Amino acid sequence: MVEAAVAMDHAGHAAPARGLTRWLTSTNHKDIGTLYLVFALVMFLVGGAMALLIRAELHAPGLQLVNPGFYNQILTVHALLMVFGAVMPATVGLANWMIPLQIGAADMALPRLNLFSFWLLFFASVLLTSTLFLPGGAPAAGWTLYPPLVLQSGSAFPVAIFSIHLMGASSIMGAINVIVTVLNMRTPGMTLLKMPLFCWAWLITAYLLIAVMPVFAGSVTMLLTDYFLATSFFNPAGGGDPVLYQHVFWFFGHPEVYIMILPAFGIVSEIIPTFARKPIFGYDSMVYAIASIAFLSFIVWAHHMFTVGMPVAGQLFFMMATMLIAVPTGVKVFNWTATLWRGSISFEPPMLFALAFLFLFTLGGLSGLMMAIAPVDLQYHDSYFIVAHFHYVLVPGAVFAIIAGVYYWLPKWTGHQYSVRLGQWHFWLTAISVNVMFFPQHFLGLAGMPRRIPDYATPFADWNAVSTIGSFVFGFAQLLFVWLVWRCARGGERATAQVWDGAHGLEWTVPSPPPYHTFATPPELR
Amino acid sequence: MNTPQHGRHRGLVARLLLMAAASFAFGFALVPLYDVFCEVTGFGSRERLRGPAVAAAAAPDRARTVTVEFTASVPSDMAWRLQPQVAALEVQPGQLYEAHFIATNLAPHAATAVAVPGVTPARALRHFRKTECFCFAPQSFAAGEQRELPVRFLVDRELPAGVDRLTLAYTFYDAARAPASGGGG
Repeated sequence: MVEAAVAMDHAGHAAPARGLTRWLTSTNHKDIGTLYLVFALVMFLVGGAMALLIRAELHAPGLQLVNPGFYNQILTVHALLMVFGAVMPATVGLANWMIPLQIGAADMALPRLNLFSFWLLFFASVLLTSTLFLPGGAPAAGWTLYPPLVLQSGSAFPVAIFSIHLMGASSIMGAINVIVTVLNMRTPGMTLLKMPLFCWAWLITAYLLIAVMPVFAGSVTMLLTDYFLATSFFNPAGGGDPVLYQHVFWFFGHPEVYIMILPAFGIVSEIIPTFARKPIFGYDSMVYAIASIAFLSFIVWAHHMFTVGMPVAGQLFFMMATMLIAVPTGVKVFNWTATLWRGSISFEPPMLFALAFLFLFTLGGLSGLMMAIAPVDLQYHDSYFIVAHFHYVLVPGAVFAIIAGVYYWLPKWTGHQYSVRLGQWHFWLTAISVNVMFFPQHFLGLAGMPRRIPDYATPFADWNAVSTIGSFVFGFAQLLFVWLVWRCARGGERATAQVWDGAHGLEWTVPSPPPYHTFATPPELR
Repeated sequence: MNTPQHGRHRGLVARLLLMAAASFAFGFALVPLYDVFCEVTGFGSRERLRGPAVAAAAAPDRARTVTVEFTASVPSDMAWRLQPQVAALEVQPGQLYEAHFIATNLAPHAATAVAVPGVTPARALRHFRKTECFCFAPQSFAAGEQRELPVRFLVDRELPAGVDRLTLAYTFYDAARAPASGGGG
């Protein structure tokens, strides 16, 4: 009864609250989507500043700017913030904005839970960043938090674990919200296999989140009890085994990388058909490919730990299963390429970023296949080659897709068309510098430069200097993006409802910007 | 948003929450599952880790010589020195040997350290048996104190044929910052 009354009351809101109250208390999916996106952008810049500090230290051999302990702290916090504070919240922001508009729902299914997940994430991220200022500094064991190293952390240890618990709870609640919205609130006539691919990608991502975030929560809880309650999950002195942590962590960690990339697949699958002016090639196989990737992600985790000493049968299993992932991924790349085939292609900023995603993500996937080969992985393990690989799939992969998505939907959100010229400048600076930054890291890794070390042998100096130059160009090019988004939010040429002449789908039937409340009655599918 | 819709949400939300709870439990279930896995594959068995190392009664294998190297390290922020007395020993499988590590507390105050051992290559691990070891037990030192820490070991005769070089590494950790030590072993 009470809930029904509140829901009716909610539907009765005609206009948003004014000023700060609107942003602190809004349960509107568009407001919360904006909050998530702005928050992710800020975290991207904060994490990026940390990355520039890392690259500045690595510009030349020797120790210049920071001491090794602080280097490892900043590296750990950079990784955690980029994963949990930037990439994941950005995709959640896009989901909040776009899923209700794409399926013709009035809002997310659980608006108050939505509000709670955002603010939980906000405070958890502040808490995590604050560990840098605690006695003993932030955890310095890398984002994987391996024991026994992570148990050497100072007073930051329980704070970091608590912030991870909160971020996990926030993601799980966000995932529940997405699943309930997608399964229960589609407009009549929209069957699951008529749903936009972005919604499909997010639906499967949400299931992955619910399946693995609690496992991560469990593994860090075990660290916590090992530290404070003298349990011995990972302590050999009490009969535990640190390798167990690696198994539990990567059981979460591998699906986690797909949690970051599947929404990116969804975004690119929306953009390429629009700017190729053709429907997506092989829609059904796209859906099955995402589902297969999600399933395979659960049975490949130990390819992150080939060097711990594993029975040969185990190495073979994880090697083969990992290589199997190339099949559904190949299906997706094939379908995107086939969509472009004989398309009438135009190169606005969203399409530029989507095409760069297609090339560079495939490149990152290729180095992933190299590392899947257990015998050669022994050489790549913990080298800069790994750093090059996962940055290729995360930056020109996930981040490019998110930027493409923002460029794609920004005129819809703000009602203004942005400067395409400025967007193209941003694209070329970003796409060139990202390769200058990360490509040389492949060479460094193959030549034997280890990761997570602030100093290196002089033969590595030249490529490190090149990489650092690329990183600074990349970093400052993102300020162009911030400027473009800011200008577009303030004003500009009015955007039409359809925005892009090749765009199809329910989100393009509402005006730009959409009214505060859309689809109060479910729309009809054309 | 009408009431039946809300009811539909509630059922689905309950199922999803149950799924999240099951995943949390599964994380912990991996602990016993890992033991089973190790037992079945004979890899890193917990029972073997807990059990005392037994000196094999069989006579040493005089025909074979294996090099055991010793190495030690200390985190850079700890005022300690730990080094092996000899860099390596030539040993024969099945014979008991003794080696010494020299530990020095360089700090101007008393301190306690814990040593964690490691043996490489991993496939030789189960064939390297320590009958006496200063590992895991907290070692208390007065300011500036230096002490010899003994380790007694044998390499058993089942050591795989391809292995002719083993490394025994110790790392010292500050016991004050190390986690509460576990019960049992």
